[in-house]
Amino acid sequence: MPISDLSRRRLLLAGSCALMASALPAQALTQAQARQLVDAAMAEVQSIIDSGASEARMIARFEDLFDRYGDVPAISRSALGPPARGASAGQLSSFAAAFRGYMARKYGRQFRRFAGAAADVQGLREVQGYWEVISTMTLRGEAPFEVRWHVSDRSGQPRFFNLIIEGVNLLAAERQEIGTLLERRGGDIDRMTQDLQSAG
Amino acid sequence: MIRATPLLLTCALLAACAAPPPAPMGSDPHEAANRAQFEANLRLVSRFQSAEEPDQATSEPPRANPLRRAVSNIGENLGTPRRVVNDLLQLRPDHAFENTLRFAINSTVGLGGLFDPAGALGLHGRDTDFGETLHRWGVGEGDYLVLPLLGPSTERDALGRVVDLALDPLRFALTPDEQIAATVLRGAGYLAQVAEASDLLDANVIDTADPYAQARLLYLQTRRYHLGIADAEEFIDPYADF
Repeated sequence: MPISDLSRRRLLLAGSCALMASALPAQALTQAQARQLVDAAMAEVQSIIDSGASEARMIARFEDLFDRYGDVPAISRSALGPPARGASAGQLSSFAAAFRGYMARKYGRQFRRFAGAAADVQGLREVQGYWEVISTMTLRGEAPFEVRWHVSDRSGQPRFFNLIIEGVNLLAAERQEIGTLLERRGGDIDRMTQDLQSAG
Repeated sequence: MIRATPLLLTCALLAACAAPPPAPMGSDPHEAANRAQFEANLRLVSRFQSAEEPDQATSEPPRANPLRRAVSNIGENLGTPRRVVNDLLQLRPDHAFENTLRFAINSTVGLGGLFDPAGALGLHGRDTDFGETLHRWGVGEGDYLVLPLLGPSTERDALGRVVDLALDPLRFALTPDEQIAATVLRGAGYLAQVAEASDLLDANVIDTADPYAQARLLYLQTRRYHLGIADAEEFIDPYADF
């Protein structure tokens, strides 16, 4: 039967395409795109820090920046850990919004230390199918420190999904934090989300 | 005899623990005792901070404090001879050279370490200790420990601190009175460093839901990073689960 033969072949083709796509995730995102994302994000961070705006204004701008350069849905779901599997879509999106604000407050305040710092991309490497962009921040008269960006386009756009700052894994730290917050509220994601809105 | 002590201790330790790969979150069987010590250290830090800065609720950006920086510089400079000894024990002549040059510049042009002209020249020095030397010799980190005053550590790094006291060249170069002065200055330098990083400590440890767990995570990750231990297990793939 030629028709079924054709559809079988098509299925096979579609299947192998899907397999290739999942086996080579980094292929979709080029090295240049990953680097471009980090370059743009760092330039924007620096312009916010050096703008001299009020702290509240800077934090609002960091939150917006995190939304545009980071894959907030994936980062927040990963920070939530295994309980994310049992959460509804509504719970996940409320949590993602609260998490975004909390991250901007917590880390945005610390960024003030980097006023006038020089940021440079040093190189890229592939880690488990993703791009890791290695950058350094240098404050005048001090030893440079390293920030590694993990970048993916699984969201449909090039976005970073984790930062490693001098060896400290940001997502690991936030998994620990969110895990504790959730545990203290008996696993109640809604209550934890509400409390997160005023944390950080 | 004094010189032989660290060697003996090290041999005993090397025999005791052949390095297994470190667990991602570290091994912490003494958690209850560690938590108690951690709480005690935090109370001490907060007393020190409130004594120094009466109004810490200000939202001003942290400004460089020249006096604090000078105290921290002096303490750092006094620790450099010990770093050079460890560089040599680690068979890293390039690090030993950089640290020696830094010590020579900052002790002279930098007025005994008060200023850091070497850093301005790009010679930031290579911080190291006997804990790192033990790591280079193949000793595993052991269990996580919280030390009085000094904070997070591991069995290997705590032993390293003891050995560092014994092999510090300043012990042989200074008179007993000078040694006491050097110890006081290094203590002050340590406190100044803690104060300089107080905003980071607040945001990433003290203000979190479980400061103990965050401090443990931050210490082990930064320590392993400094030692060059590739933490492949620490790669998190947020897309793997769905």
